[in-house]
Amino acid sequence: MTQPLLSVRNLTKLYGPRIGCADVAFDLYPGEVLGIVGESGSGKSTLLSCLAGHQTPDTGKVIFETAQGPRDVLQMAEPDRRRLGRTDWAYVHQNPRDGLRMGVTAGGNVGERLMAVGARHYGDIRDKATDWLGRVEIAADRIDDRPRQFSGGMQQRLQIARNLVTGPRLVFMDEPTGGLDVSVQARLLDLLRGLVRDLGLSVIIVTHDLAVVRLLAHRLMVMKSGHVVEQGLTDQVLDDPQHGYTQLLVSSILQV
Amino acid sequence: MTDQAYNFAYLDEQTKRMIRRAILKGVAVPGYQVPFASREMPMPYGWGTGGVQVTAACLTPEDTLKVIDQGADDTTNAVSIRKFFQRTAQVATTEATSEATVIQTRHRIPEAPLTKDQILVYQVPIPEPLRFLEPRETETRKMHSLEEYGLMHVKLYEDIARHGAIATSYAYPVKVEGRYVMDPSPIPKFDNPKLSNSPALQLFGAGREQRIYALPPFTHVVSLDFDDHPFEPSKAPHDCDLCGAGESYLDEVITDDQGGRMFVCSDTDFCRTRREEGHVGRLGEPQFSSKKIANSFEGICAPEEAAE
Repeated sequence: MTQPLLSVRNLTKLYGPRIGCADVAFDLYPGEVLGIVGESGSGKSTLLSCLAGHQTPDTGKVIFETAQGPRDVLQMAEPDRRRLGRTDWAYVHQNPRDGLRMGVTAGGNVGERLMAVGARHYGDIRDKATDWLGRVEIAADRIDDRPRQFSGGMQQRLQIARNLVTGPRLVFMDEPTGGLDVSVQARLLDLLRGLVRDLGLSVIIVTHDLAVVRLLAHRLMVMKSGHVVEQGLTDQVLDDPQHGYTQLLVSSILQV
Repeated sequence: MTDQAYNFAYLDEQTKRMIRRAILKGVAVPGYQVPFASREMPMPYGWGTGGVQVTAACLTPEDTLKVIDQGADDTTNAVSIRKFFQRTAQVATTEATSEATVIQTRHRIPEAPLTKDQILVYQVPIPEPLRFLEPRETETRKMHSLEEYGLMHVKLYEDIARHGAIATSYAYPVKVEGRYVMDPSPIPKFDNPKLSNSPALQLFGAGREQRIYALPPFTHVVSLDFDDHPFEPSKAPHDCDLCGAGESYLDEVITDDQGGRMFVCSDTDFCRTRREEGHVGRLGEPQFSSKKIANSFEGICAPEEAAE
C-alpha cells in the first residue's frame, strides 16, 4: 500500500467568530486529482491557502511526504516551507496577474523558479523555458514577450509552465479556468489533463465549475459553510449525490 | 548663529553614537542593511545625506577629508560637502587620494589603491538591490533573511534576453562573503572588482532610505553572473586623452558640435598625478610639475586649451 502524498487531519481556520473551514480531513495519493467544489464563501479558497501555507490554520495537521519522510508542514521552519513551495509544490492562481511577474519576459517568468533553486547557466535556463513554453502551446518566438502582451488564456498557460518547470509533485490550483471563455477553457483543460497524466502529478483543484472537476478530478469534496458535506469518487458524487446541498448543486447546472 | 553653535561635524554626539552603533553592526554583518534613524541634513535628499551622516560619525579632528563626485574633486556635490565639513568640523581637506584618511564618494572608487588607514564612505540612493523587482519591503527583508536570491538573476536573465549581454553597467549587484546580496551604490561595474579584498573600510550610507551597510577590510565580494555569461568590468575602449592612462575609467566629453569628443579619466586626482609625472595623452600638453600650473589645467572642463 503506497503512502499518501498529503494527509490532512482536523484542519480548522477561524476568522474571529466566523468559520473559514472546519474539521477538514482527507488523504491525497500520488498521481491523484482531488476536486474541491462549493459555492462562494464555502471555505474552498481558505482551505487551499491553509494547505499551501499562505495562511496559518488554527488547528490541524498537514502531513506531506517529503524526500526525507513525512513531515507536518505547519510545524516546519519557514525557510523549509518556502523551499518546499518552490520545489515540490506549485500554486496556480485564479488570476494569472497574481502568479506572474508582468514586467518580466515569458522566458524570465519560467526561468525564475529554476534560478531560485540554483540554476546559473543562461543557455540551459533558456532551453528549458523554450521547452516548457512548447509544452503549454506557446510559440517559441514569444519567449521574449512580456505577459502583458499575451491573451488571458496564454497568461494562464504561461503560469502553469512557470509552476511546473521545477517538476513539482503536488500542484494547488485555485479556479484555473476562471475568467476564460469556454473554448479556451476546453483547451486549457485538455492541456492540464495531458500534463497531469504524463507527469504523474497530484493536484488539488478548487473550482465552482462542476464540468471542470468531471473532466479532471478523480475524487471530489463538496464544501458548504466551511464544512465538508460529502466526498467520494467524482462520478459517484455527481451522478448520485447524497447530501441535500450536493443535490442542489448538481441540479443547478444548465443543460444545453 | 555662529559656527561655534554647531557640534563638531554638525551632528550632536548622541546622533553620532547612534550612527556608529549602526556602522558597527554593519561591519559585524557584512552586506546587511542596518536601519538607522537618519536625520534631516542641511541639504536635500539625493545629495548625499546618508554619506554625510556616516562621514560625520567617523570624522575626528585629526582626519584629512577628500570628497569626490563621479571621480571629480571639483564638481558641485563634492565642493559643497567638502566646504560643509571644513566649516562644521575644521578638518583638513585634500584632493590627493593618498593623503586622505576619510574619502566620501559618489559613484566612483578612486583609481589609486586604498590603504588600511583609509575609510571610504559611499552615498547610496537606493540600498535595496531587489527593490525594482520586488516592491514590498516586508518581502525583500524576508528574501534577504532566507537567502532567496533567485530574483536577482531574473534581472540579469532579462538583460541577456533583451540585449544579448548583461547590460547592467552600474549598481551591479554583488554577493558579500557568500551571504548577502548587496547594491554597491551606483558605481560603474568597472569598479566592482575593487570592492573585493580592499584593505580600506568601506561604509555605505543611504539617508532617505535610512540604511547603513558596510564591507570590512579584506571582505570577499563577488559580482553576480551566469556560468555562460561571466561578469566583465567594462570601460570605454580608449586611453585618457590628457594623461594617456589605458587602465582608468573614462568620461566622454563632447568638445564641439562637429562630432568632436575626448575621453578623460573620471578620477581627476589620478589624471593630474599622472600628468605631473610627465605622461601625456593624445590631446594633452606636457605638464611641468609645479602644482599651480597643474591646478589651472585641472578641469577636464577646459578641453579647448588642451586640444590646441
